[in-house]
Amino acid sequence: MNITLHVWRQKDAKSKGRFVKYEADDISPDMSFLEMLDVVNERLVLEGEEPIAVDHDCREGICGTCGVVINGRAHGPRERTTVCQLHMRSFRDGDAIWIEPWRAKAFPVIKDLIVDRGALDRIIAAGGFISAPTGSASDANAIPVPKENADLAMDAAACIGCGACVAACRNASAMLFTSAKVAQLGLLPQGQPERYIRVKKMVAQMDLESFGNCTNHGDCEAVCPKAVSVDNIARLNRDFIKSTLIADRRVAVGVEGAG
Amino acid sequence: MESSAISVAVGASAAKRGGYVGAFYGSTVGKKVVMAVTGVILVLFVIGHMIGNLQIYLGAESLNHYAELLRELGHGGLIWVVRGGLLAAVVLHIWSATALTLGSWAARPIGYRRRQQWQESTYASRTMRWGGPILFLFIVYHLLHLTTGTVHGDFVVGDVYHNVIAGFSIWWVSAIYIVAQFALGLHLYHGVWSMLQTLGLSHASYNRLRMGFAIFVTFIVVAGNISIPLAVLTGAVS
Ligand code: HEM
Ligand code: FES
Repeated sequence: MNITLHVWRQKDAKSKGRFVKYEADDISPDMSFLEMLDVVNERLVLEGEEPIAVDHDCREGICGTCGVVINGRAHGPRERTTVCQLHMRSFRDGDAIWIEPWRAKAFPVIKDLIVDRGALDRIIAAGGFISAPTGSASDANAIPVPKENADLAMDAAACIGCGACVAACRNASAMLFTSAKVAQLGLLPQGQPERYIRVKKMVAQMDLESFGNCTNHGDCEAVCPKAVSVDNIARLNRDFIKSTLIADRRVAVGVEGAG
Repeated sequence: MESSAISVAVGASAAKRGGYVGAFYGSTVGKKVVMAVTGVILVLFVIGHMIGNLQIYLGAESLNHYAELLRELGHGGLIWVVRGGLLAAVVLHIWSATALTLGSWAARPIGYRRRQQWQESTYASRTMRWGGPILFLFIVYHLLHLTTGTVHGDFVVGDVYHNVIAGFSIWWVSAIYIVAQFALGLHLYHGVWSMLQTLGLSHASYNRLRMGFAIFVTFIVVAGNISIPLAVLTGAVS
């Protein structure tokens, strides 16, 4: 198949970017989207041009590294599918495909289609973990966990931190990401001791990173490759309200590298 | 990006500076909660107001008597308490909406070239920021029209029934009211659902009902209110 690409090219964080048109001919419908870009890049290199910079790692939909906006939709047209798992058969011969990086103030473009998602890491660093003395692993069933909670926590933990929720959100809000990271721990016994201080710390960090404000549109869940539910946002809101009204632990926190 | 330690205003450090209220309202969730709580107040008000309005179908005496009752409860003091509360709710609602909206606009300085494809968002959810100001303009007009009579050509103090009939007999006045109700409907349809989400009212056992609840509240309020100008225009009440 023959495809026309319009790709965002930007030399580095400081340069101004623009769309560049490429004709991608003889593309197999069995190629993944990234393989298609590999082919285009190989040809660019042979022509002595700079290849298109695009983030990827596992290429099996689990690491969350890949992610671009394809024809106005984060991760492209297929539901529950990362860019690396998207195949060219999802497009038609002769299609024009626009490829853009995630757009958010909190995700500055590093080069072409690659953005810096460090803001998400700093939200985790602010409290998205449990403080536990390490040692030998404890017995698996030492702490009883209700099956329903285990399932819900697992669903939230499916978040791979790709940032598509932010990219698709009209408000560039990181609520779905943050709520998944809050809820996966809040639903389990091990997460309880720090539950109410965690939500405060993580929301505070999210606000510091200049993400936008959620207005419950739900586009985040629709583009999420793991279909993380907006129910988690309600869980975050609930914990945040409780943490203000009834939780009384007082702590000051500091996070390195917020910018 | 410099690597500097930034202390986040939570817990004790926030309590020392802005206090808990400051830390709460300073956050995105806190402002949303203020919108939701003031939203609940406004929703309860529009439901009550709509039911009061329906008394027009009971005739001039009932409606005028009801209006008089409202004005005289608590030696004429209660109405001012309620008005003060509503004013505070509207001010806080708009203040928070503005702060959140400006923050969201700043959060995406460079937009997408290809218009975003919406998957889940609705026309109602995307027009909250237009619908809100339209509602505000309508509220101002409505107060000048049927409360103070300033923009009413034929206003009789105390004769609410007459003022409504005379006002709605002019087709474009009715049109303004009807259009405003559709704007209110859109705002409520997304707002009621959004408010449940913001307040954390989500549970597997009733989540399926939340959208239905929003549609129900919206339909009742909009249909009840719109029926009145329609009834006047068609001569069903006169
Ligand atoms: C007076 C001018 C008004 C403005 C400027 C305004 C603006 C807004 C905005 C921008 C939102 C947030 C959008 C979102 O969450 O998606 C909102 C939410 C809401 N509004 Fe209004 N609005 C106004 C009047 C009203 C009225 C009269 C009512 C009730 C009848 C109302 C009820 C609500 C509710 C229930 C919400 C949802 C709160 C939440 O998301 O938690 N608003 N409004
Ligand atoms: S490259 Fe790992 S999820 Fe796509």
